[in-house]
Formats: sequence, structure tokens, C-alpha cells
Amino acid sequence: MERMPAEDLKALQLDRLKAITRYVYDHSSFYRQRFAEAGVTPDDVKELDDITKLPFTRKVDLRNTYPTGMFCLPKNWVVRYHVSSGTTGKPTVVGYTKGDIETWTESLARALTSIGLGRNDVIQVGYGYGLFTGGLGLHYGAERIGAAVLPTSTGNTERQIELMQDLESTAIACTPSYFLHIAEVAERMGISIKEDTKLRAGIFGAEPWSLETRKRIEDTTGIKAYDIYGTSEISGPLFTECQHQNGIHVWADMFLIEIIDPKTGEQVEDGERGELVVTTLNKWAMPLIRYRIGDLTIKESEPCECGRTHPRIMRILGRTDDMLVIRGINVFPSQIESVLMNIPEVGPHYQIIVSREGALDVMKVRVELTDRGFSDRIGDLMALNRRISKELKNVLNISAEVELVEPGVIPRSEGKAKRVIDTRKV
Amino acid sequence: MSEIKQISLFVENRPGRMAKVSKTLSDAGVNIRAMTIAEAGDFGVIRMVVDDPQKGYDVLRNSGFTVSMTDVLAVEMRDTPGGLYEIVSALGDNNINIDYAYAFVTAKSEKAMLIMRVDDIEAARRTLSARGVKIATPEEIQKI
Repeated sequence: MERMPAEDLKALQLDRLKAITRYVYDHSSFYRQRFAEAGVTPDDVKELDDITKLPFTRKVDLRNTYPTGMFCLPKNWVVRYHVSSGTTGKPTVVGYTKGDIETWTESLARALTSIGLGRNDVIQVGYGYGLFTGGLGLHYGAERIGAAVLPTSTGNTERQIELMQDLESTAIACTPSYFLHIAEVAERMGISIKEDTKLRAGIFGAEPWSLETRKRIEDTTGIKAYDIYGTSEISGPLFTECQHQNGIHVWADMFLIEIIDPKTGEQVEDGERGELVVTTLNKWAMPLIRYRIGDLTIKESEPCECGRTHPRIMRILGRTDDMLVIRGINVFPSQIESVLMNIPEVGPHYQIIVSREGALDVMKVRVELTDRGFSDRIGDLMALNRRISKELKNVLNISAEVELVEPGVIPRSEGKAKRVIDTRKV
Repeated sequence: MSEIKQISLFVENRPGRMAKVSKTLSDAGVNIRAMTIAEAGDFGVIRMVVDDPQKGYDVLRNSGFTVSMTDVLAVEMRDTPGGLYEIVSALGDNNINIDYAYAFVTAKSEKAMLIMRVDDIEAARRTLSARGVKIATPEEIQKI
């Protein structure tokens, strides 16, 4: 399946697109109404490009139909629920049939296999277990490939490290910011992840992270750091990079992806940046048609060096909701992260504080000074401060105030890091 | 000759940080001989000479401070007008730059002690010794 010729994959996608379109039309009053508003019926889907005739769905639709208004099956088909945390609004509920769990598990099993993991591995799952999809998602995928799962969930960092040593974890799945924290705590305990553990791979996601962070993680801990992608609405974590670390493989038999211009809604070419739109082809309790997650990325359809033919999406730049507009200029926290990670004098934890002074937006970046960056000459510290400001300005085109802080001052997170504090009243 | 080791700390400019530093040293039985705080807006650098630099460095580091050890010169000055001039002019004449300096008066003698970080510590030592300026050893600092 993973190396199926592109043409055959497309034929399979078309069959499944027709089927799912018919299915939602027949099973969901929400979709029937949406299709009617757009003036389409399932019969209008004759080829893959006809997908553009179908209306988009968005997170707000899930919220408006809370809790289960977008389900296409009676609830007795549901074998599991996951619920989003609702930090950015009303929570969203996702239901899964037995088959939906199976698709999700298969997707992650392929992904974990593509990074070289298998039955000889011990995979430490440091994502939260529970309503959040991360923990259970990885758990099922890892079991499917025959690996041993160490379900540590989040928190209790010292115990995570002890178990990592004692049970010889070879891979860990968690947020990149939590792994950085684990590495820090390990160092304080006198344990080097590189020398004193068997860890060789990390599967990091649930928050945007930069290539520079990858480099820093790989250099300091000696593991290979892989990007994982997914979101609860389309199941949870689903896709990863393969060992070539060149884009995230999206299994085309399960999901059909498009990249669109967020303003016009038109599809853009491969290689062009745009907003990711996902149609679930093999998900039955709560299928989604042309769902706009809001993540910005680039699609690549050429087969990967590894031989897999499914399309890839390049590193997620950020979510449209994460984008800050400061003095009219778009700023992604991931851009700031890229700059900071290239400066060895500062640590990997940072915070962005946006406020308004009078009519002017002011951005302050707080970052921790490392031992390496510390000089007891004030002049050197001021110069470092100016250098960081200058590099931020080069990348962002707006000036940012930099505040050097002591290590450990910026709050550490066990799940998704909260890096932006925006005190502006909109 | 072994140098005087000064402990330098990076601290945020907020209430209670200095108290945390001094409590940490006091709990470890480390005595501060001389100290200065240089502030630069949001943060400051504390520099100090203590009786047991290695121990001071270790306890501060283990408490999570960003800390470094720097080689400095401790020289005796006459505690009379012109005492400082004698020293800094000698260094200036020889093109040795002082990054920073701070002074304290010892209880037992009429001498004052000047702590300096210079850009060329060996040249400074030679220059000052040639002028008959007494340079303190770590042992002497410990005994003050």
C-alpha cells in the first residue's frame, strides 16, 4: 500500500471520495444542508478535482453542533470518545467506531515502522493519556508494531528518566518542549541521555517546532527527532516523517489532502505554502469533508527517497490561530523559535509577551541565558541582547525587546507549551 | 602563582534574588569577602570574592544559578589619597585595560584591597610587581 503507484492511489482515492461523499449525504443532516447550500450532490463527484465543488467544514461547525451533531452514526456504534481541551473555545468531541480506531492505529503503525521502529523497541509514551488523543493514539500504534509500550503519560519527570534507563526505552513520544525539559532534568540528575540511556528516537509533535529545535535536540541528546502530525478532529496523531526526515507522509488511502490559499479558498500548487485541508476517506463515526484545520504547510507529491508514494507535507509553520499580528505584520512564534535556536548562548525555552503601549504594539521575547552565554562583563551581555534583537528583526521585520532571564524562570510544560502571552485588548 | 577566583552570577533584577544568593552561601558556611552588583536594566551581575570559591561556586550552581568563575587580581593599595592612582596609572601606561574593579578596606590593616578584572592578567601582574605593589594570594584573601 505504501508504495502503490500514484495513479492507482488516485483511483483508490476517487472510489473512496465518492463513497464517503454519498455516505455523509445519506447519514448527516448537517452535510445534506451544507451540500444543498453549495448546490452540490454526491453525484457531482466524478473525478478527484470535483472535490473543490464540495463545501469546507471548520472547527466552528464542530463547536456549533456540540457535542455530537456531526456524527453520522447512532451513538451505539461509538467505541470511544476523545474531547479537546477547549482552551481556545468550546471543546470539540470526536467519536470513533471500532473501524475508525483501526484506521488510526494502522496509520500510526505505518508511521512508526517508517522511522525504523519495531518489535525490539521500547516506546515510552509521554503524551497525556485520557481525553487528549496523544497518549492512547501512540499507545495503540506502538502495540500494533509489536513494540513494548511504556505508558508513562506526562509528568513525574524524574521517574520518566529512571524508567527510561531501567526499562531501556529506545524511543519516546511527547511534545518537543517536554522532551527538552526531560533532558534538562536528566542533566541535573547527572544522567546523559546520549551516554546513559538507550534512547535513539523521539517522536515529537502536538505543538509546532522548528528545524533548529530539531538540530538542538539531536546534537545535545544524540537521538533522531521525528516530527509527528495529526489533530483530534481527524483522529489524533496520525503521520510522521520517515527516516529521511524530509516531510510527513500522509497516507492517501485514508486521507485526502489539499493545500489552499487561506484567503481565496483556491488550491495552490505543490511547493506553495497554504492552509491544509483534509478529507477523511475511511472514518465513519465522524467523517470530515474538506476540513480546514488551520495549519499552514507545503505539499510535496513526488515520491520520497524511501520509496513511499504517498504525498508529504513539510514542517508545519504554525496554525493560523497562532499567528500574531504585531503592528500589522504577521509573526509566527515558530519564526522566533528558529532565530533563538541558532544562538547557543540562550536556552531552548522562551516566552513571547505582546502588549500595547499607547497605540503601539510591543513585543518582548524572554529567553533564558545559558552558562555558556554568561559573561560577567555587562558589556558582553548587552551585546548579546542586541545581537538577538537584531537577528529577530532580520527575520521578523519588526523590532522586539529581548529580556535575558535566569535558567528555570520560564515555565516548563508537560504537554503543549504556552509560549505566547498577549495582553492586548482586541 | 594561583589566581584569585571571583564568583560571578547572572541574576534577574527583582526583589529577593540577592537574599537567595546570600542565604545559599550562608547555609554552606561560605563567607563573602568583597562584593559588587552591576545592574543593567532587567538583570544584574553579582561579583564576589569569597573565602572558599570552589564551594561557593558549587552550592550556587546546584541551586540553579547561572554562575561562573573568573580570574581576578587583588592588589593592596595605600588607604590614603593617591593610592588608587598609583595602580591604575601603572596599568594605563602599559596599555592594560581594566574591565571592572571594586575595592574594600580590610579590618586589620590600614591597607585597602582593590579587586580588578583586566584584559591581560599576566602583564598586569608583572607591571604592578615591578612597581612594588603587593598582590594578594588566595591564601591571604582567605585569611582576611
